[in-house]
Amino acid sequence: MSLSGTLIPVFIGIGLVFNALGVIGILRFPDVYTRLHAETKTTTFGTIFLGLAVVIYSLTRLFDTGDGEYLTFIIHTVIAIAALAITNATGAHAIARAAHMSGQKPAPCVVDRLSEAEND
Amino acid sequence: MIPFIVTTLFAFLLYLVLTAGAGDLVWWSYSEIAAGIVLSLITAALSRTFFCRNRDYRMANPVRLILLLFYIVCPFFIEMAKANLEVAYRVITGRIRPGIVRISPGLKTDFGVALLANSITLTPGTLTVSVDDDTGDFYVHMINIRKGLETKKITESEDVFTLFQFPAWIRRIAE
Amino acid sequence: MMPGIWQAAILVIAALILAAMIRLFAGPTAPDRVVALDTVNTLTIASMILLGVIYRQLIFVDVAIVYALLSFVGTLYIAKYIGGEL
Repeated sequence: MSLSGTLIPVFIGIGLVFNALGVIGILRFPDVYTRLHAETKTTTFGTIFLGLAVVIYSLTRLFDTGDGEYLTFIIHTVIAIAALAITNATGAHAIARAAHMSGQKPAPCVVDRLSEAEND
Repeated sequence: MIPFIVTTLFAFLLYLVLTAGAGDLVWWSYSEIAAGIVLSLITAALSRTFFCRNRDYRMANPVRLILLLFYIVCPFFIEMAKANLEVAYRVITGRIRPGIVRISPGLKTDFGVALLANSITLTPGTLTVSVDDDTGDFYVHMINIRKGLETKKITESEDVFTLFQFPAWIRRIAE
Repeated sequence: MMPGIWQAAILVIAALILAAMIRLFAGPTAPDRVVALDTVNTLTIASMILLGVIYRQLIFVDVAIVYALLSFVGTLYIAKYIGGEL
């Protein structure tokens, strides 16, 4: 019990810190591609850790009470997190592609092979 | 016919996972299973043409599925943690040098390309912008290009992935 | 078990959603707004899972799954519209 009592606040803390970094990133970075970097990676990772905190909490409740409802809770949380991780990455890919197709160039940029390939 | 059966089985398995713990027949109840069979048959009838469009069933192999699970838990998760620390560093310091480079991993199957594109997006400093359908080349936006890397026409995948070689892993899983 | 830790986490997430809204309104371009919308969606899913723990209701997590998939479809369609493929 004491182990989960320390793990849950730590995981929630990690999750909230990374979610906050993602939000600061989209407010701070200069163009849409760098904002996508901040958004996709950090919010996915932070939400995975929030989900892990929920899973650990449900596991301790499952061992304390033996209530099968908590097992369902764990399974559904894991499925929600998996769906989130897959859809976030694919959605970021779609936004990046759409932004490039709509003619938005990376603003500070040292090299852009995609525009060169399109212009050929 | 085979796409229909595969889609039905997949939908039914997903239904069973989602409704686990609802009844007394191990974890399910009879009515739950009957409803699941009917619903997965309807789902498969509607979506059989896009679930396995290429009639490529190699991902049904359990060895590949176990490898995929291992890939997600071990190298992928480590890279993802590293990615987040790196992005956190960039967010705090604001030190970026972005650009779009081209890599040529040489994957052929749809599933392999999708898996690599998602892996690239969730790993350090890289984001897939576009995939060339004919050659299988990836256009990857990097948040911090090392000096000297921008002059190459096609960047080596060794320069993009530092810790684990994702294309080699995915070739073993999906091809 | 510390009481109120889940509630505090949800308050922080709500504050983060408000901060992400700044980018949603400020723009400057349409893809920027989609990125902010995606952030808001992800944070909403996280808060739904936490709400499920607070109220001990499984339905919140089920709604979170459906919300994740539907917001993904929404993002894809907006992206297609911005890219001029629709």
